[in-house]
Amino acid sequence: MMGNSKPVSGSVDTFPKLLIDNAHRIGERPAIREKDFGIWQSWTWLEVKDEIAAMAAGLKLFGFERGDSLAIVGDNRPQLYWAMTAAQVLGGKPVPMYQDSVPEEMQYVLEHAEVSFAVVEDQEQTDKLLEVMDRCPHLKEIVYEDPRGMRHYDQPFVRSLDSLMQAGRKFLAEHPGWFEAEAAKGTGDDIAIMVYTSGTTGRAKGVMLSFDNLIITARNAVEWDGLNETDEGLAYLPMAWVGDNIFSYAQSYVAGFCVSCPESSDTVMADLKEIGPTYFFAPPRIFETILTQVSIRMEDASKLNQWLYKHFMGLALRTGPAILDGRPVSFVDRILYALGEFLVYGPLKNELGFSRFRLAYTAGEAIGPDIFDFFRSLGVNIKQLYGSTEASVFICMQKDGDVKPDTVGPPATGVELRIADNGEVHFRSPGVFVAYYKNDEATRTTKTEDGWVLTGDAGYFDADGHLKIIDRAKDVGKLNNGTMFAPKYIENKLKFFPYITEAVAFGHEKDYAAAFINIDLEAVGNWAERRGLAYSGYTDLAMRDEVYELVLDCVNKVNRDLSADAALAGSQIRHFLILHKLLDADDGELTRTRKVRRNTIVERYGQLIDALYSGVDVCPVEATVTFEDGRTGTIKADVKIRQAMTYGEQQAQAAE
Amino acid sequence: MTFDRKIGDTILAVDQISLSFGGVKALSNISFSVNEHEVFAIIGPNGAGKSSMLNCINGFYHPQEGTITFKGNTRRQVRPSEAAREGIARTFQNIALFRGMSTLDNIMTGRNTKMNKGIFWQALRIGPAEKEEMENRAVVEKVISFLEIEAIRKTAVGTLPYGLQKRVELGRALAAEPDLLLLDEPMAGMNIEEKQDMCRFILDVNDEFGTTIVLIEHDMGVVMDISDRVVVLDYGKKLAEGTPDQVRANQAVIDAYLGVAHDDDV
Repeated sequence: MMGNSKPVSGSVDTFPKLLIDNAHRIGERPAIREKDFGIWQSWTWLEVKDEIAAMAAGLKLFGFERGDSLAIVGDNRPQLYWAMTAAQVLGGKPVPMYQDSVPEEMQYVLEHAEVSFAVVEDQEQTDKLLEVMDRCPHLKEIVYEDPRGMRHYDQPFVRSLDSLMQAGRKFLAEHPGWFEAEAAKGTGDDIAIMVYTSGTTGRAKGVMLSFDNLIITARNAVEWDGLNETDEGLAYLPMAWVGDNIFSYAQSYVAGFCVSCPESSDTVMADLKEIGPTYFFAPPRIFETILTQVSIRMEDASKLNQWLYKHFMGLALRTGPAILDGRPVSFVDRILYALGEFLVYGPLKNELGFSRFRLAYTAGEAIGPDIFDFFRSLGVNIKQLYGSTEASVFICMQKDGDVKPDTVGPPATGVELRIADNGEVHFRSPGVFVAYYKNDEATRTTKTEDGWVLTGDAGYFDADGHLKIIDRAKDVGKLNNGTMFAPKYIENKLKFFPYITEAVAFGHEKDYAAAFINIDLEAVGNWAERRGLAYSGYTDLAMRDEVYELVLDCVNKVNRDLSADAALAGSQIRHFLILHKLLDADDGELTRTRKVRRNTIVERYGQLIDALYSGVDVCPVEATVTFEDGRTGTIKADVKIRQAMTYGEQQAQAAE
Repeated sequence: MTFDRKIGDTILAVDQISLSFGGVKALSNISFSVNEHEVFAIIGPNGAGKSSMLNCINGFYHPQEGTITFKGNTRRQVRPSEAAREGIARTFQNIALFRGMSTLDNIMTGRNTKMNKGIFWQALRIGPAEKEEMENRAVVEKVISFLEIEAIRKTAVGTLPYGLQKRVELGRALAAEPDLLLLDEPMAGMNIEEKQDMCRFILDVNDEFGTTIVLIEHDMGVVMDISDRVVVLDYGKKLAEGTPDQVRANQAVIDAYLGVAHDDDV
């Protein structure tokens, strides 16, 4: 453990101990829910404890040993969360894996983490593991939760979770007290979990987090926002992501609140409405999608509703954030806002499932100020945080009443921050990871001797002590004329427009900045429909001159914004093109968490990048795409290149 | 759910069926039998009499000659509602759903034969009718889960894409918990991905519930892949019957599909 760790979490210092503690304290309260056959089923903390005990005993009976790794693959399911605790009871390391990974990606993690047991959701995941099993010498047992389609699997090492738990129950009946004794063996500095970071470069790294890391960090954040057992969460983000582990697991165990698992990944929005959580996390992308959908649906609404919406949203944007932050607002405006709440905001929030939100966080990417303001003006307390897997999530988080759209807030409880000379953000906290599994070199380059972690992000503190992140430190480059070039900053500004779903900016060691654009098929498609513009699919739509005009307008606005900032005015976008296909994680162009893999893109689209800098108007391309069933095909297209307006500083002021 | 798939005895025997509409002979002297737990395909060119055959089996058409024996009961004339009660469910070539109703309500109609409390109780949804509805809803929810259509449970069927509507129709048939499922071109008009999904569901139904399936399909690849046995009709006559391999090698079948002139063509 690192030298600066804060006092350990007391005697209840592991998740198994927290489970037993919760079962004693709030045993009758719901711990987890799942929608099954159309009905929400809940388990209380007492019931969860029994389930986990049976699972732990079952795992032990079939040979799971202390120190073993247990892979967990599937959508958010109560049983998979329980498997996590069951492994921890036995002193094993749970390794949650991304459920949409292809077998080869899984093989790497299974092999690297030396996984011996896997608890998986269904036949689909079982098949993937069986495909790579001969290349994973440690993998001994596969346990599946959903028996559908599994009857013909006669491999002796493939068994149902049900049968495993039945064996476990029998064992427990014969060995009373076994579970409690086993749960008491763990201590705070044991490894609680291993999460593989998707990593924008190189192979995924296994981040080892201890119970102390997770529990102290979760507890600090619970206190920061006053969460308690009456709160409700929705577990819908990938279990393999450290954020889900904190929001749906660690914080639920620490505060004792109930977490609900959606019926399927397609029903999340409907389930959100039914559950009405009070505590919610979503990446900016989701808030953006929701706002886009609201805007699209409002365009189809009746004239009266459109008028009400427009009128009251104007009022909300003016006064809503101030009311939420407790700043002074005139009496008349308060009365009007209350009327708006009755007529517009309340029904809208109810429709979205946001009615009971006390607290919503967003992180991972910059959120568009329009989107941020929209939700805050409705009275949704959405805040930003800055975190990383290596920190057990929380590094910075915004306080109630002190919220800004373009910062990530002050350091979280127990976190020390410093900005290195190259602009890189370093932190030290109780959540700092133990080490990367079997990768000392990476550990050494990321974590200093005295426990500081190098985030790789470039940022600075604003006047109020809020951290502002601009880009990955290594991605911040220079144009040939010496101007600073922060690609992510530019890309985010582009992506704030609803018509643009993804952007990749180029400029390091070039004469000027240029960009690839992916249009948002839903938003632009809708726009096209309203103009009677027929199109056959993404590629066709993306090649349209009308769409180029639409995007040109967005790029020009970004340039005007950039021109107002002295340091970045030189990095305005001169040329841009709309890519003929959507960047896709299946093609390796994005990470599973949808971050751009720059190197892959530079390799694959070198021809197009050259075209951006050679003054041509059209560039013919051919691209390989991977379909969902694994087959590949090619797309041919002529990609057009357009020039954007650039602004001098004075022009920008005149334009405003 | 713990059924072990094994082809059983004859569940459906079609014996010397002839059907004509005025002067048009739709079916002449057709005989074949379907075994329990089998996936059985009826194929043939357009107008071969495939749908007519299906309509005879579920009692929608009444053949002038011949008998149909289902689960040991031989019958000449049967009404579709009786066939449904005996355990025969079907889907249609052209989707026949209630377009304005939700997926859930559409599938609930598949339980119609199992719900027999009076209209009065059902309308008020009290007493025994409530219990009955809950039991039947539970079956429907299993079907929804099985077909992975949770996300469209409350969506009006008319607004769904074609492939999903086909799946809802299959759901309605499944809700009746049939012993024999008749599928009339379940994959017509679908793209490859939708076809793959539908194939998987058909095989899963057969596998999980042991339902005997008789299907009509034009896509030869699909038929040969998923069927245990195949009967080939042409101009209302039976050309061949057997396993996919036997049928594929049959000269009469090859001729029919390659369009060789019929002797009786005028």
